[in-house]
Amino acid sequence: MTGVSESGKRQKLISGPGTLLVWLYGVMVVGAVSRSIFQISTDFDRAPLAYSLSAVAGVVYGFITYSLVRGGETARRAALVCCAAELLGVLGVGTWTLVEPSAFADSTVWSDYGMEYLFIPVLLPVTAIFWLRGARDPE
Amino acid sequence: MLDALTVATAVAALVLAAWCGWAAYRDQPTKDWHFIGMAVVSLLALVQLVVGIVQLARGEKPEQGTTIFVAYLIGSFACIPAAGFMSLAERTRWGSVTVAAGGVVLAVLEVRLYDIWGG
Repeated sequence: MTGVSESGKRQKLISGPGTLLVWLYGVMVVGAVSRSIFQISTDFDRAPLAYSLSAVAGVVYGFITYSLVRGGETARRAALVCCAAELLGVLGVGTWTLVEPSAFADSTVWSDYGMEYLFIPVLLPVTAIFWLRGARDPE
Repeated sequence: MLDALTVATAVAALVLAAWCGWAAYRDQPTKDWHFIGMAVVSLLALVQLVVGIVQLARGEKPEQGTTIFVAYLIGSFACIPAAGFMSLAERTRWGSVTVAAGGVVLAVLEVRLYDIWGG
């Protein structure tokens, strides 16, 4: 746990371009989480793999959003790791859906590298990684 | 009936996106006029939410399901206000970029709403 004095000078990750990142991540959280909740609760058996992956994507997006808003060095590192995981996820699942479409009865957030979401899922982690690396030094 | 409103909201959202994009290009934060623009677009989305619920109440069915339809209606209503509050906290060009991105997101939501309702 961090003390009060430390949180006062906690490095901000949501100033400048970070605002846009938080906004886009927030949109993806709402999109991925609501979509997977709906699909899992109504029709899970139709495409369990696809719907589970959407739920995982939603959780990862949620964690990154929280880290960005919270700020600080630990959160920055955690967000960086998650962005890397997200990038691997979207590339892996994107390739998987192209190579073996039969494994997915329905599309996920990460299908075809996030084409349904204007490729935001693949562009966002790359942008975020650059932003988080640049934010390493306070001030 | 809903279609005209959907098209109007999508066009208004894109105009708002272009306007705030222009402000960002000129390195300006969102100003009072931008917030009035956001209020207009949000009002359109609110009217759409009400009209959509009224149509559901009258027994009309969206092609792709009522739950998804209502979720998208609420999402499109919340979209611009959320971006607007973030631009209040970020008084630089990046606040304007965020609202511009919000406008684009709303336009996409409107296209999806059109599909969900069934054209």
